[in-house]
Amino acid sequence: MSHSVELDGIGMSFGSTRAVSDVSFTVGAGEFFSILGPSGCGKTTILRMIAGFLEPTEGRVLIGGRDMRGLGPNQRPTAMIFQSLALFPLMPVWENIAFGLEARGMGKAERRKRADDLLRLIALEGYGDRMPGELSGGQRQRVAIARALAVEPDVLLLDEPLSALDLKLRQHMRAELRSLQKRTGVTFIYITHDQSEALAMSDRVAVMSAGLLQQVATPRQLYDNPATPFVASFVGETNAIKGRVSAIGDGVARVDTALGPLHGRADGTLAIGQAATLYVRPEALVPGVGANTLRARVSRMDFEGAFALVHGQFSDGAALTAAVPSTRLADAPAPGTDASFFFAPEHAVVLADA
Amino acid sequence: MRDLYARFGGGLATIFLSLVLIWLAAMVLAPNLMMIDYALRPNLPPAQIGSEADTWSLDNFLYLANEGVHRAIFFKTVWASALVAALTLVVCYPIAFWMAQRATPGQLSIALMLVIIPFFINEVLRTLAWFIILAYRGPLNAVLQGIGLIDAPIRWQGDGGVLAGMVYAYILFMLLPIYNAIESLDRSQLEAARDLGSPTWRTHWRVVIPHAKAGIATGCVFTFMLAAGSYVAPALLGSPGSRWFTEIIYNWFFEGGDWNRGAAYALTLLVLCLAVVLVTLRLFRVNLTDVAK
Amino acid sequence: MTADRIFRGLFVLYLLAFVIYLFAPLLIMSVAAFNTSRFPTVIPWQGTTMDWFSAMWADAAMWRALWTSAIVAVLVVVVALPVGTAAALVLTTLHSRARSVAYAVMVSPLLTPGVVIGISTLILWRQVGVGGGIALIVVAQTTFIICYVMLMVMARLQRFDRTQEEAALGLGASRVMVFRRVLLPFLRPALLASGGLAILQSVENYNTTLFVRGFETPLTVFIATKVRTGLTPAVNALALVIIAATIIGAIAYEIARRRQVTARPRS
Repeated sequence: MSHSVELDGIGMSFGSTRAVSDVSFTVGAGEFFSILGPSGCGKTTILRMIAGFLEPTEGRVLIGGRDMRGLGPNQRPTAMIFQSLALFPLMPVWENIAFGLEARGMGKAERRKRADDLLRLIALEGYGDRMPGELSGGQRQRVAIARALAVEPDVLLLDEPLSALDLKLRQHMRAELRSLQKRTGVTFIYITHDQSEALAMSDRVAVMSAGLLQQVATPRQLYDNPATPFVASFVGETNAIKGRVSAIGDGVARVDTALGPLHGRADGTLAIGQAATLYVRPEALVPGVGANTLRARVSRMDFEGAFALVHGQFSDGAALTAAVPSTRLADAPAPGTDASFFFAPEHAVVLADA
Repeated sequence: MRDLYARFGGGLATIFLSLVLIWLAAMVLAPNLMMIDYALRPNLPPAQIGSEADTWSLDNFLYLANEGVHRAIFFKTVWASALVAALTLVVCYPIAFWMAQRATPGQLSIALMLVIIPFFINEVLRTLAWFIILAYRGPLNAVLQGIGLIDAPIRWQGDGGVLAGMVYAYILFMLLPIYNAIESLDRSQLEAARDLGSPTWRTHWRVVIPHAKAGIATGCVFTFMLAAGSYVAPALLGSPGSRWFTEIIYNWFFEGGDWNRGAAYALTLLVLCLAVVLVTLRLFRVNLTDVAK
Repeated sequence: MTADRIFRGLFVLYLLAFVIYLFAPLLIMSVAAFNTSRFPTVIPWQGTTMDWFSAMWADAAMWRALWTSAIVAVLVVVVALPVGTAAALVLTTLHSRARSVAYAVMVSPLLTPGVVIGISTLILWRQVGVGGGIALIVVAQTTFIICYVMLMVMARLQRFDRTQEEAALGLGASRVMVFRRVLLPFLRPALLASGGLAILQSVENYNTTLFVRGFETPLTVFIATKVRTGLTPAVNALALVIIAATIIGAIAYEIARRRQVTARPRS
């Protein structure tokens, strides 16, 4: 897979504030790539640097192998979809969609034809002469996408475009975006603070925190093998149990915790005696006693349909969350009782504390 | 400046910047500087311009200070303009309050239209209207005589006429800023004051007026400035005994033929107006940005 | 309770008096145009006539004055709209500190008495040999009318979403195209309104125009001269026509504005 976008050690400072530090990653052509992080983590800054609205203070942005330094947003093979969509309110839908073609000097009849083709693609045939203000939220969304696709960009940049929609529509638009991306083969770089959005749509995800890149991986890897404590706690629910590494062997580390020794997977960087945290997902906890057993006082159980969330407290006061499948509800401990849960070592990760 | 070029690109930004600079330099700054220069030089026949007699001095200003009639007219213009502002304020405040707090939306849109329509009409025509009303054998005297309030017609032209015409002419400049200011007052504050037993006048004095002070200051500043700089109303509604400072200036230019002295007088008027504007704004702690709306 | 009712009654009377104060002068002036009396008045009524309208219509000097005012107004609009728009764009793009200084300088013509603007313009241009006349009237009037245009355009700009400019740039538009296709259409209503205001201000101006008119006689000067040298109800006839035109114009503008508002409820 050829590289579509390459960030080479880019950084951005606004005065004395550091928005982004030394971020490098590559996005393959035709990939659906997400940048995930809480607000203020620098993800929008990165997107604006790729688009050319900001010039990085350090590092380079390459698109299709070409250095983009000094090229304005109107000279780059990118198109951006804004959080506010930024449709032109005074132009009818078709002129909105054909705006980029107009900028390229295409004749009016040809523009209209291309706009109509795109309207068909987004299932809004016949809406060309409406004004953006007359469309629903989801329709405006699709027009914004069509407008960006009209210029046939190598890279489409999306800045949380779904955040203004209600839940139902958002889920629908996720699937639609995903299939549109597969059909057109355009590289998507998608910014979001919503981890389920990133996990559900992306080929790969970059997680950011405080201007630093934490991890770049497939959604599955991010979930199963978080590289940093931030990723472990930001992506998905998790139980974090602090302790100290007491043994390492065969890819498994033993951590001595207040709840006794626990085992989890470890990479080669851990050292004996190091302060570390063991992360285990709620759904990896099984009621009962086994190799890695946690004892907790159950305080509450929330039935969620497919599973029930059991909330409890360890003896040291830390919180526990376990997900019990509905089919196994009979095994779930009752609130107010002391209960035991165990997990397989391969379902837990041990990471050194930062 | 960088932002301007980043936003509009070299061509457009240069065009915008040059337009603005030409305006400010050639139309705003240069004329005023030249007027200052004129005001400081004596009035000389063309042959002597540039000779050693052509030097800067304060003679033209001293002339105004020492010429009793002109000085009196200057101070009369100042206090009469202040009186115009005060009268306009008194006339407009109740209307502005009613429009901002009491009128229904329907009443409000009618009221706004009624207030604005007369001000779409030429100031000269509005003054002409008062000229006709106030004429010696005009409608006002006829009505007053008809209801027996006066026995003989009154000669309104003079100070009274000028005052009436000016208050009329500047109502909108007072009404709209005050209306805008009172409009932003939360109605529940009035209810709270009333609920706490405050009489109406005290509610206005302690709640409404402090809230509306920026609007009141703006209205007063504009009215004063317009009145002090007005030429139509004194020219049409005044009498020889009620001359306005702008009329003296006009005479220096087009009858006395002494532009230098005229420039000094005009400069005095400008400084007066700017001083009143700045002092009022400072007193009321109003920002210039809030004034021009 | 009764005190309240008396107060309310008094206030209604005051409102009534205020409306009479606003409109009686205009009404009397208009009605006087139909009175046979040689001096414009309504008392005594010497008979109804339309003669003053034909007298006004036949007055060549009036037509010349109207023509002068029209030329001036058109030129003022042509100069003031671009400069005022540029000023608004420069001012909104500038950063805070430079901005407040620039703002003070740019609104200063509004705080300068009209006669002073006329005088200073006259003095400056005499230095380069330009005397009073149409050109100088246009220069003097635009000096402050630009401020009105600037303020109205700025008010509109405050509601402009600048990501639209970024979106257009990102789609490959040049800066000029962004301005022409995105910003300018957005400013259109403000430009139309300020163009109307500029015409109104120009035609009605007297204080500034008086000093720079040279030998020209625009409409306001024409009327004021008539008042002093020989007022006949023909001037009232002219006034009535102007008033009617102004009111019709204002109503048409208001209707057009409301129609636009209702046509695009969500934009």
